[in-house]
Amino acid sequence: MASTLLETQELQKRFGGVTATDHVSLQVEEGECHAVIGPNGAGKTTLIAQLSGMLAPDAGTILFNGKNITQLTAQRRSHMGLARSFQITSVFMGLTVLDNVALAVQAHTGHSFHFWRPARQDQALRAPAMEMLEKVRLQDRANDLASEMSHGERRQLEIAMALATGPHLMLLDEPMAGMGPEETARMVETLKSLDGITMLLVEHDMDAVFALADRISVMVYGRLIATGSPAEVRANEEVRQAYLGEAA
Amino acid sequence: MADVSTTDPAGGARKLSVASWFMVACLVALAVIPVAIYAGGNAFWLDIATRLVVLSIAAVSLNLILGFGGMVSFGHAAYLGIGAYCVGIPTYHALFGEFELIATNSGIFHVILAVIVSAVFALITGAICLRTKGVYFIMITMAFGQMIFYLFVSLETYGADDGLVITSRSEIPGIDMDNPLAFYFLCYGSLLAVIYLVHRIVNSRFGMVIQGAKGNEDRMRSLGYSTYVYRLAAYVIAGAICGYAGALLGNFTSFISPDMMDWAASGELMFMVILGGTSMVFGPVIGAALFLLLEQLLSAFTVHWHLPFGIMLILTVLFVKGGISGLLARMGRSNG
Ligand SMILES: Nc1ncnc2c1ncn2[C@@H]1O[C@H](COP(=O)(O)OP(=O)(O)OP(=O)(O)O)[C@@H](O)[C@H]1O
Ligand SMILES: [Mg+2]
Repeated sequence: MASTLLETQELQKRFGGVTATDHVSLQVEEGECHAVIGPNGAGKTTLIAQLSGMLAPDAGTILFNGKNITQLTAQRRSHMGLARSFQITSVFMGLTVLDNVALAVQAHTGHSFHFWRPARQDQALRAPAMEMLEKVRLQDRANDLASEMSHGERRQLEIAMALATGPHLMLLDEPMAGMGPEETARMVETLKSLDGITMLLVEHDMDAVFALADRISVMVYGRLIATGSPAEVRANEEVRQAYLGEAA
Repeated sequence: MADVSTTDPAGGARKLSVASWFMVACLVALAVIPVAIYAGGNAFWLDIATRLVVLSIAAVSLNLILGFGGMVSFGHAAYLGIGAYCVGIPTYHALFGEFELIATNSGIFHVILAVIVSAVFALITGAICLRTKGVYFIMITMAFGQMIFYLFVSLETYGADDGLVITSRSEIPGIDMDNPLAFYFLCYGSLLAVIYLVHRIVNSRFGMVIQGAKGNEDRMRSLGYSTYVYRLAAYVIAGAICGYAGALLGNFTSFISPDMMDWAASGELMFMVILGGTSMVFGPVIGAALFLLLEQLLSAFTVHWHLPFGIMLILTVLFVKGGISGLLARMGRSNG
């Protein structure tokens, strides 16, 4: 088996009386697409927030590439190769599509204490940004404002921004949320084309999950109740009762 | 997304052409009209224009953090006061002795002192303020502004709340500071330089980061940006520029009082920025012009001239997205 890229050990997070993350121990192997599924409110976004460094866990450890990153800030983790997309589309609406991606490129092109040269004429940012847009096939929209794009296109843009940070691991929080079947198919294709990048995919769309995932973990009430290959998870009785039954 | 104003630097040249022409027209008018009226024997409008230009510098600096950076500072007038006292205190000691280290009439010294003291004040207070967000940020910046206000109110040596008369203006080689025209062109040139400087900053890599952090700080952090240090740097730059404006203001009025830096003065700067529009570097100049004009008109009729300002500000925020310059930008768009 490949080596473990990301590992959580007994991760815990409570919000008042709600246990959003309940002793979660999870391994994401290098190169795999690992899906996390579970009903609404199961704690999937909370898990991603802790992995990306936006939220501090109450207890437990997060290892990335064998290093303990539990205490590191989100920006440090980004520089180690962790990227995330947000469940609620999170692009810069007032900027163009290309500007959005260029800003992501810039984050990983040295410090930004450059006060004089116009960033929009900087080929060191524009060229790689354009390349990322080609990967998600948005190159024709490069100069449109993000606010002028459709929902599905914005989700694609988010992927391009995450890609532009040169990640080893992408944490994707429901990239297909709110999408129609065509847009979903396009997103599945986009994510499939990104081989070499490990993915932790949170998604409700079961067709997409079964199309993409190498392994699936099932989360219910903050707890992981099963992890395994798609076939194993599909066959798991507890999972069927807790989740797949109601989704099917 | 909490993107309040219409910061829309995208394709600026394409969309802002009406606004850019308007800016050029305004700047040319500022260079010509007050001077012509002054040459005709009326000093009043040159006086107003000088105040306009100096306050515009302060408002443009505030817009860097408020409009582009989303940091709603309610204490920006503190830097006007700091800058002015950095002229007043050294000239005071040049005349009455003591504190030989800073006792001088040198304008270069005054300006450098004003910029450095402002930058240091911004660095210290900004480091604290920027740990907070939203309404807390507004309150704490105001609190620091008031702190400086009360500091100068308590300084008996420098006139306390009566203020301090600046007996002789800064001495700058090659510029006769007592000549209103020469002084006006110093201020006017400074405004042009500051507009250009802020324009470069806003469009630089640094500028992209502070605008991104305004729109969505979490997104910026997950992209790998340490937004705090960039915002702090912007806060310091804005403070330093405003300190420079303060040094000009002290020279202009030849008198400084703590009133220049209280929360109402900060509110006036915010008014100029929001009314003029936060989406353009030049916007606050329009806001400052409107402010001074209204002040002239309304104060002739009523002592409660602040009231219509408040109403206008509310109307602007509610109905004119992006202020006057935002309106101009949109006109440019619909005209093609
Ligand atoms: N900041 C917060 N404060 C209080 N409770 C929270 C907070 N964030 C999440 N929760 C609670 O934690 C639980 C897990 O929420 P989370 O958003 O992680 O679920 P999810 O699995 O992502 O759900 P969905 O599929 O709807 O996106 C929920 O009960 C939610 O109400
Ligand atoms: Mg969620």
